[in-house]
Amino acid sequence: MDESLLRTLTPQVIGILVRRGADFAAAEDAVQDGLLDALRVWPDDPPRDPKGWLVTVAWRRFLDSRRAADARREREQAVDAEPAPDQVGDVDDTLQLYFLCAHPSLTPASAVALTLRAVGGLTTGQIAEAYLVPEATMAQRISRAKRTIADVRLDLPGDLATVLRVLYLVFNEGYSGEVDLAAEAIRLTRQLAQLSDDPEVHGLLALMVLHHARRSARMTADGQLVPLAEQDRRRWDTAAIAEGVALLQGALARDQVGEYQAQAAIAALHADARTAGETDWVQIAEWYDELVALTDNPIVRLNRAVAIGQADGPRAGLAAIVELDPALPRYAAVAAHLHEHDGDLTGAARLYAQAADRATSQAERTHLQRQAARLGALDRKDQ
Amino acid sequence: MAKYLLLKHYRGAPRSVNDAPMDQWTPDEVTAHVQYMNDLADCLTSSGEYVDSQALAPDGLWVRHDGKGRPPVTDGPFVETKDLIAGWMVIDVEDQERAIEVAGELSAAPGKDGQPIHEWLELRPFLSMPPTVTE
Repeated sequence: MDESLLRTLTPQVIGILVRRGADFAAAEDAVQDGLLDALRVWPDDPPRDPKGWLVTVAWRRFLDSRRAADARREREQAVDAEPAPDQVGDVDDTLQLYFLCAHPSLTPASAVALTLRAVGGLTTGQIAEAYLVPEATMAQRISRAKRTIADVRLDLPGDLATVLRVLYLVFNEGYSGEVDLAAEAIRLTRQLAQLSDDPEVHGLLALMVLHHARRSARMTADGQLVPLAEQDRRRWDTAAIAEGVALLQGALARDQVGEYQAQAAIAALHADARTAGETDWVQIAEWYDELVALTDNPIVRLNRAVAIGQADGPRAGLAAIVELDPALPRYAAVAAHLHEHDGDLTGAARLYAQAADRATSQAERTHLQRQAARLGALDRKDQ
Repeated sequence: MAKYLLLKHYRGAPRSVNDAPMDQWTPDEVTAHVQYMNDLADCLTSSGEYVDSQALAPDGLWVRHDGKGRPPVTDGPFVETKDLIAGWMVIDVEDQERAIEVAGELSAAPGKDGQPIHEWLELRPFLSMPPTVTE
């Protein structure tokens, strides 16, 4: 069955239930119940009108839960079981749900979980599996998030920057499981790009599509990281690259550059080089200058030093990291890379070993240990 | 979010404040201790931060490969001086600050005389998946 249809319908149906008078938290629970019903029933008995089916089932689920709650309160309120038919129009509240689920009062992890469930239409079990926590923990994380935003109105404009941040996190820090979170982040950003013409939304979509295009070349079959310079560029998805570049050009033409457009521009310049040697590092360094101006992020400055090292030589790159804090993540790895290119193999080997000790992922650590071993062996041969 | 391991030691950690070994506690004190740990796990589930916890038996063996076609070599039981792990809890939290806070609560589990043990816990971050966007 087509689960992506069900996922697209999820925020629309939540919106319909809210318009019929359900509060967001109850509507969201009811649609999740309807979603689980659909996953069970649809494969054998696909509905002619999937949206109508989900509205009906979720509304029934909502009424059941409200009746149960009312019974507990000794029926203090009567239930109006039938909604007025004209209230189910063609209004799509999906955009409002993006804003609500990424509300600035939520922690990033809560916003990610809630967005994946209410906007993404994933089940609690799928989200829990993707983030490697028990389902009960994830269910509670989502419930708490819903309590945090209980008083937020759905019809007010929200903060697009936090929405983009949440989608970026899903794409960039997603684990893997039954659901491909990177693909899901792209789907959600693509859907958002149809609802908002903000150039940063399109910039973020371009960034994701461009990175996704290189995915199959980023790791070997046994999970080893392959650095950009050594990737087999024939394995890059050229159609996706073309799409990413077109999206980026459309965004940049609006002349309101932002951090996602700048990051996408860097990704596009890498994607544009047929060999690592043809990379336009001068332009990449310029985009890093732009990104530093936009974000003033020390990690961006560190990446800028790599670009400067390629554009103007390793000495220039080393000069650019002097002012940075050596405690920054990946500082030692960048320093090692620059020292190696400067011909200081002993220093580079030592720095790679240091970088391996400080790596935050297993794949990165193994990669850095291999670099240290490679230079150590070269160094011993020289002596 | 980041996952952390909170490691409890039978031996090898610095001395705790309320250092009486469990066999000198009353049965009620043992029950209260276990209850505290279960309550904390429930509490961390409700806050969306609990991942796992396990306890380990103190007795164990060293095992190593001894060449192709030969059975592994074993050595044990462990000598008294060995650093000995008693169990662990895994949490998934926003940052290290929160991980330290949770470890502090776990360390306050009651021991002899119902007083907090102030046990030293080893806090270790998990290695994660590499981010997608690196350049």
